[in-house]
Amino acid sequence: LAAWCFSQVKGAIDEDVAEADIISTVEFNYSGELLATGDKGGRVVIFQHEQESKNRPHLRGEYNVYSTFQSHEPEFDYLKSLEIEEKINKIRWLPQQNAAHFLLSTNDKTIKLWKISERDKRAEGYNLKDEDGRLRDPFRITSLRVPVLMPMDLMVEASPRRIFANAHTYHINSISVNSDHETYLSADDLRINLWHLEITDRSFNIVDIKPANMEELTEVITAAECHPHQCNVFVYSSSKGTIRLCDMRAAALCDRHSKFFEEPEDPSSRSFFSEIISSISDVKFSHSGRYMMTRDYLSVKVWDLNMENRPVETYQVHEYLRSKLCSLYENDCIFDKFECCWNGSDSAIMTGSYNNFFRMFDRNTRRDITLEASRESSKPRATLKPRKVSTGGKRKKDEISVDSLDFNKKILHTAWHPKENVIAVAATNNLYIFQDKIN
Amino acid sequence: MFTKGTKRKFSDPGEEPASSGDPGPAAPSAAARTLSSSYSLQRQSLLDMSLIKLQLCHMLVEPNLCRSVLIANTVRQIQEEMTQDGTWHIMTQALAAAQCPADRLVATEVLCRQTDAAAQAGQSPKPFSVVGLQEGYHSEEVVMEGDVETEVTMSSLSPLSPQLSSASYLTGPFEVGPCWEEEDEEEDHSESSEPSLMSEHSRHPALEELFSDVDPSYYDLDTVLTGTPKMGPYDLLESLSSHGPTALSSSSSCRSDLNELDHIMEIIVGS
Repeated sequence: LAAWCFSQVKGAIDEDVAEADIISTVEFNYSGELLATGDKGGRVVIFQHEQESKNRPHLRGEYNVYSTFQSHEPEFDYLKSLEIEEKINKIRWLPQQNAAHFLLSTNDKTIKLWKISERDKRAEGYNLKDEDGRLRDPFRITSLRVPVLMPMDLMVEASPRRIFANAHTYHINSISVNSDHETYLSADDLRINLWHLEITDRSFNIVDIKPANMEELTEVITAAECHPHQCNVFVYSSSKGTIRLCDMRAAALCDRHSKFFEEPEDPSSRSFFSEIISSISDVKFSHSGRYMMTRDYLSVKVWDLNMENRPVETYQVHEYLRSKLCSLYENDCIFDKFECCWNGSDSAIMTGSYNNFFRMFDRNTRRDITLEASRESSKPRATLKPRKVSTGGKRKKDEISVDSLDFNKKILHTAWHPKENVIAVAATNNLYIFQDKIN
Repeated sequence: MFTKGTKRKFSDPGEEPASSGDPGPAAPSAAARTLSSSYSLQRQSLLDMSLIKLQLCHMLVEPNLCRSVLIANTVRQIQEEMTQDGTWHIMTQALAAAQCPADRLVATEVLCRQTDAAAQAGQSPKPFSVVGLQEGYHSEEVVMEGDVETEVTMSSLSPLSPQLSSASYLTGPFEVGPCWEEEDEEEDHSESSEPSLMSEHSRHPALEELFSDVDPSYYDLDTVLTGTPKMGPYDLLESLSSHGPTALSSSSSCRSDLNELDHIMEIIVGS
C-alpha cells in the first residue's frame, strides 16, 4: 500500500457539530472529476477537481466546491404521522453523456434525478427587454439586433429533472444505476424496484420478501447493486449475512435467486450476537464484475461470483471488538452500517471503523493499514501515520487501547477515485481527501 | 459490562467459550444441563436489554426495520435457549406470581404466544412473533402503482387506543398481528386520557369487536409506530404466562380494574 498523505479537509472545524451537517454519503463520478456528498440535512455538495497548477505540476489538483443544492426536504407523512427524514442515503452518478452531469440522490422514500449544468455565457442585446430585464417600450424600438452570447462568470445550476416517488413503503437503503444507462434499481428493507430513468410514474417490483404475515419477518434487505457489465444481473444482501444474485431474464419477479452466497457459520464462535454481526451493511461489485465485496460488522469479504459457498478472501476490520459486542449492542453501535469500496484496479479495498480510523487492504500483498482522519494529521501533504489498536496486555507507545476508542467518531462512508489513488473519507461532518505520496 | 453472551452448546459440553477475556460461563455437561449463574445472568440481562430496545422508538421517525428485526431475532434465540433449558417456564411463572394479574401492563408481546397449557406442558413455544401496536397506530400506506392496499387508520376508528390482543403493546417492531384477533380478551384496561400512555392501557372490550373483522394484514410494521412510554422489561414477558392465542389460556387471570391505572402511573413515575 502506498503511503498516504493529507490533501484537504472540507467542513466546519467546530466541536459542536450540527446534525444536519453530518455527511451521509460520498461518491466519485465515473471520471473522478466530481465528488459528491450528501448530508443529513438533505443537501448535496459537489466538489470538482481543479487542474493541476502549472507552477507545481507534481501536485495533484484540489477539489473545490462546484455546486451546492438542497436535494430533499423534510416531509411529513400525514397518514402515518411520521416524519420522513431528508437525509440523503445514497448518491449515484450517471455516466456522462453530454456537457451536463446527472446524479441520482435518494432519501428514505423518494429518488430524484438531478441535472448539474454549467452556464458561462449569456445572451445580451435583446430587443424587447433591456439589460436589467425590464421590458422596453415597443414604440422606442427603432431597429432590430441579434442578441449575442457574451461570456459571464461560471454558474453551476442544479435542477431536478425527475422525481421518483411513492414506490417504497419501507426505507430505501440502496440505488444502483444499471449498465444499460437507462434503468436503475432502488431497494428498501423488503422490496426492490426497477425504474426507467425517463419514467417516474411506474416502476417494476423485482424483489419482494415481505411475508404475508409480518409476524414472520426475520430477514430484511440491506443493500443491492446492479452488475457493472451485465445489465440483467443484480445482487442483494440481507440481515442474515446472505447475498442473492438474481437474473432479471429468468422471471419478472426475482424472488428466486440464481445464486445464493453464504458462508457457513463457525460453530465455535457462535453467540447471541452472531446474526447481528453477520448482517451485511454494504455490497459492492468489483470494477471487473468478477468479484463482489460485502461488509459485515467485523469484516470485509471478497466473493468470487462463481463460488457460492464461501468468500475467497476475508479481512478483519476490527476483530478486537468481538469481545465487546455486548457493550456495542447496548449502545447500538453494533447496528452501525459501514460501507466499503474498491480501488480503480480492484487491487485494494477500503472500509471505515471507529475513532475516525479507516482501513485499507491490499489484495495482492495481503498487507493492511489503519489510518486516521483527524485534524491533527491535517497538515498539507503530511504523510499519515499508520495507527494501531492494542488488543491486550501491554500497550505500546503510539498504540491506542480498545477502551479508549471513540465510538462516536465512526467512518461509515468512504470513496475511492476510479482512476487514481485519491480517497474521500467522511468523518461525521468533515470530508477528508487523501492521496498517495507522489514521488 | 460483561462481554459477549455465549451460547452454551450442548454438543461441546467441555468446551469453554472461544473468545479471550470473556468471563463466559463454564459449560457443564450437557446431560446435567445446569447453567452457571453468571451465564444465566448475562443471558437474562441481554434479554432485558433487548426487550427495552424493542420498546423504545423514536417519536416521530419510523423505527429502523433492520435493527428491530435483528433485536427481535436475538430475543427469539434467547427464548428458544431458555425454553430448552427449562428456565423460560420458571421465569414466566415467577413473573406471574410476582404481580397481581390485574396489574398487568404488558407491553409488547415480543415473545411467542405461548399458552399457559403449552408452557406447563413444557412444550417449546413456537418461534415468537414480534407484534406490536400502540397508540398512534398507523395504517399501512402503500401507494404503489397498481398495488392498492386498504388503509385503515386505527386511531380514526376509535378514540381509544386500540390494543393488541391480551397484551397491550408498546411499540412493537412489527405487526399487530393475528393475535390481535385470536387472543381472548384477557385483560380489560382502563383508558388513559394521556395519549402518550395509551399503549399501556387496556383495550376496551368493545374495541375487540370493532376490529375483530378487520384483516390483520392491515396492521403491519408500517402501521406500527411511534412513541412509547418506557416499561419494565418483565412486563413484556408477562404476556407469556397468561396470554395465549387461543381459548386455551384462561381469560380470568387479567380482568382489569381501576387499580391497574394506579399501577401504571406508578411505573411511569418510577416509584
